[in-house]
Amino acid sequence: MSETGTMPLIEVKDLKEYFNINTGLFKSKPLKAVDGVSFSIRKGETLGLVGESGCGKTTVGRTLLHLYKPTGGEIYYNGERIESKESIREFRKKAAMVFQDPYSSLNPRMTVADIIGEPLDVHKLCASKKERGERILELMDHVGLNSEHASRYAHEFSGGQRQRIGIARALAVNPDFIVCDEPVSALDVSIQAQVINMFDELQDRLGLTYLFIAHDLLVVRHISDRIAVMYLGRMVELADAAEIYDHPLHPYSQSLMSAVPVPDPKVARANKRIMLTGDIPSPLNAPSGCPFRTRCPYAKEQCAESMPEFKEVSKGHFVACHRVNEVN
Amino acid sequence: MALLEVNDLHTSFFTDAGEVRAVNGVSFSLERGKVLGIVGESGSGKSVTAYSIMQILASTGKIVSGSVKFDGQELVNAGEKVMKTIRGNKISIIFQDPMTSLNPTYTIGKQLMEAILLHTSRNRKQARERAVEMLRLVNINEPEKRMKQYPFEFSGGMRQRIMIAMALACEPDILIADEPTTALDVTIQAQILELMKSLQEELGMAIIMITHDLGVVAQLCDEVIVMYAGSICEQGTADDIFYTPKHEYTKGLMRSIPTADTAGTKLHPITGTPIDLLNMPKGCPFAPRCDNAMKICINERCERMQMSETHFSSCWMNVKQGIDDGSIVLEETQEGGESK
Repeated sequence: MSETGTMPLIEVKDLKEYFNINTGLFKSKPLKAVDGVSFSIRKGETLGLVGESGCGKTTVGRTLLHLYKPTGGEIYYNGERIESKESIREFRKKAAMVFQDPYSSLNPRMTVADIIGEPLDVHKLCASKKERGERILELMDHVGLNSEHASRYAHEFSGGQRQRIGIARALAVNPDFIVCDEPVSALDVSIQAQVINMFDELQDRLGLTYLFIAHDLLVVRHISDRIAVMYLGRMVELADAAEIYDHPLHPYSQSLMSAVPVPDPKVARANKRIMLTGDIPSPLNAPSGCPFRTRCPYAKEQCAESMPEFKEVSKGHFVACHRVNEVN
Repeated sequence: MALLEVNDLHTSFFTDAGEVRAVNGVSFSLERGKVLGIVGESGSGKSVTAYSIMQILASTGKIVSGSVKFDGQELVNAGEKVMKTIRGNKISIIFQDPMTSLNPTYTIGKQLMEAILLHTSRNRKQARERAVEMLRLVNINEPEKRMKQYPFEFSGGMRQRIMIAMALACEPDILIADEPTTALDVTIQAQILELMKSLQEELGMAIIMITHDLGVVAQLCDEVIVMYAGSICEQGTADDIFYTPKHEYTKGLMRSIPTADTAGTKLHPITGTPIDLLNMPKGCPFAPRCDNAMKICINERCERMQMSETHFSSCWMNVKQGIDDGSIVLEETQEGGESK
């Protein structure tokens, strides 16, 4: 499913991540958090990953970095399979993560310099103390923190600044690829825009590639080149950002896009929302066939029988729906 | 007469570090059947305003001065006895987090009935019927069965709908919704907003919608108040605020939200961070972050000025613009003339 021409930086094939959940004494059941997800990300590209809570988008990000051991599937970085201990270790020097909550993802007992310096120590990237200090200051400069902040503790900073510290830490290993897991959802609107702009600038300056996970569709639309939509552990649609936003093909993406509250009263009043009934089913008891069929207004018997294939319907536009032609 | 009139409300928290003026001279009125949105960042005082109306402030918080009139009746200093007849009965509130605002050890039915029994003269049987009816109203399937279940058996969206059912059970005149959809997913958020809108039209109550999401405001509100650092900086109809913002902070907010048109471009964030409420500047609280701040902004707070019949703003920029285009003529060497 890769685009012709340049080789993708990250390629994921049929990724699966199951968690065993105890359902009784000596009994357990697999929770299929991610169930057969495939995608690729080109160098310098931002892939947005959206979906409701519990759809597995965070798990994709974490499994991708081998923070969880994948249950199945293959992950390639620059064409090389990431599997052995050695390859994982090398991969982690090239890939980093920014977490959602800037309040709990920083150690309150460490100074900013130590937080940012820790990945440098772990991967032994600096030969001398002096080099380490210089590198830390350089990283702080990248994210717009002053050098005088280096000896302070995380609690002395506001949410936006903490997120900057988290980003500086991610940049410490000089990565090509960063998984951003809801990096702005805990921030206020005015601060959110500052951090989004910073992600943009860093991408231009350092040639970074992002997997940008978020539930705020306006933010994802702003920052992403392509967007993937997940539902209950599966990818249901993947296309260019403008294409998926203006012409979503999967019934779930359609309702998701129409549910976005637009900050414009006239548009909001005229907007026809496609209301979904009911809630997202538990991934422990996922419906047979298409996972969305229980809430889908177009569902037929066929949808309960088999899982629709994730196929390319027009150039670069993938969708997993049996009835995609009839729906549109 | 307006249903709710808030006049020059000041609420402070007395902490070890000093007095935090969380709400600093807020005035507004709410008509029957209208939806009023209060927007602002965290710490702007929007929730504290609501809690002051209900008088459910934390123990360190106190209404310092001002008045809150419900249907002509003064609530500030009216005493707990009066407030008990208001809370839940006349004014209800739903909180942000549906996960923690229900008691996990009681069934949904018991919790719903408790509110009804407390505030109305219904007996247990009638209260049960009313509770079932309310659950049906907020689109919960099989309400009789659901009455016997505990909160953990419900999803986040359903719990928020139960909170709405509970708040509406006594047919309040005003529903205060404090970030009711922030913890929910977009498709569930759309369901809840739609439900609130239809119930509001059906029951004719007024809603105060507290949120930081301008999209939610655009969808639901007739009138909007924009708050910053405990004061109202701009107030008007939704169209006034979204299409002709008259305060630098509101303009900044509008510029900083990403939309479909901003893809591939830079956003225009508001620089700096929100001010420390313990060290309030003497001038306009937004001046330290404002790109167009003038000398007067730093030295003197701008009074509330009327821009049109429905539109109010407290920003010196409007005076400057008025002087520039000649609509305001300064009287002899008097500094910073009053507009209109």
